Amino acid sequence: MTIPKERHVLVIFPHPDDEAFGVSGTITTHIQQGTPVTYACLTLGEMGRNLGNPPFATRESLPAIRKKELLASAEAMGLTDLRMMGLRDKTIEFEDDEKMVRMMEELIEETNPSLIITFYPDFAVHPDHEATARAVVRAVRRMEDRPKLHCVAFANNTLDVLGEPDVVYDIKPVREHKMNSMKAHISQTAWMLEEMEHKLQNGDTETENWLTMERFYTYRWDQDFE
Amino acid sequence: MELVEVNQLQAAIDSFVGKDVYLHLETTNGSYASHFNEGFFNAGAFIRNVVINFELGKVVGDSPHRVGLKLPQGWVYAQGITHFELDEEGRLLLAGHDGTGKLAVALQLSETPFSY
Repeated sequence: MTIPKERHVLVIFPHPDDEAFGVSGTITTHIQQGTPVTYACLTLGEMGRNLGNPPFATRESLPAIRKKELLASAEAMGLTDLRMMGLRDKTIEFEDDEKMVRMMEELIEETNPSLIITFYPDFAVHPDHEATARAVVRAVRRMEDRPKLHCVAFANNTLDVLGEPDVVYDIKPVREHKMNSMKAHISQTAWMLEEMEHKLQNGDTETENWLTMERFYTYRWDQDFE
Repeated sequence: MELVEVNQLQAAIDSFVGKDVYLHLETTNGSYASHFNEGFFNAGAFIRNVVINFELGKVVGDSPHRVGLKLPQGWVYAQGITHFELDEEGRLLLAGHDGTGKLAVALQLSETPFSY
């Protein structure tokens, strides 16, 4: 599937590195096609658990490290409009729901996107992912002229319930950008990247496919989550 | 952070006795624990910037250590502490890292509030 030209793409995820695995190739492709892309990252991943043994960070030094990594990932993707929204990791679901919807509405009003990318409610595993997805869907639901809404889903029951993703992009041409985005988040991805590179060297096609295909579900308004 | 050296850590804990101090206490299995292991019962707790004043603090046990703080009318307790650091801002940061380096527990004391 070729990636269509958009007016503006708005990407909304809660954690630095959420963009890297699932959508960094898509982001880079949009940017290379001349489409402006805004990435709103809600937290700085303050509660990340990968601190190393021996530790390379403390609970208090981690946010600054992850902020630097997020900036490096943006650079790797070619992204120039990065918003850090100042919420705290693992607390988003406890924020006032209406405040969260308002935050999303303000981002949408300002950027006027033709496509929004976020997680799929009920299929996004992490409580912060779910809370982000709910807020985005609620904000878009209230719009008269809704932009396209592409959602990343990776819960264990995703295939059983949602079936195969309807939007699948081959991002091989920007494979290196995606690799560099994942490498930028080295404090969280080191262990996983090592395992992945080992599999790639052994010609593991599943890993290669995982790396070069990005998958989205168009949000199903006829089966709205609430 | 350094591996816990009991005498050094005990002295650091003692230096906070009788002061109003900001507490960070956290236990976690990670938000993906039940995703990777569907039968796993995921529990954790998180407190940040609650002020306490303790009259006695102790580090006990071989590594991983247990650390307990006795309050006039209560207790604060953490199990699984492996590493510690008295940082450049004078904050006492204790952490328990599992074999893969992932944080499992944190107990931190500071005379000034921790960042949001």
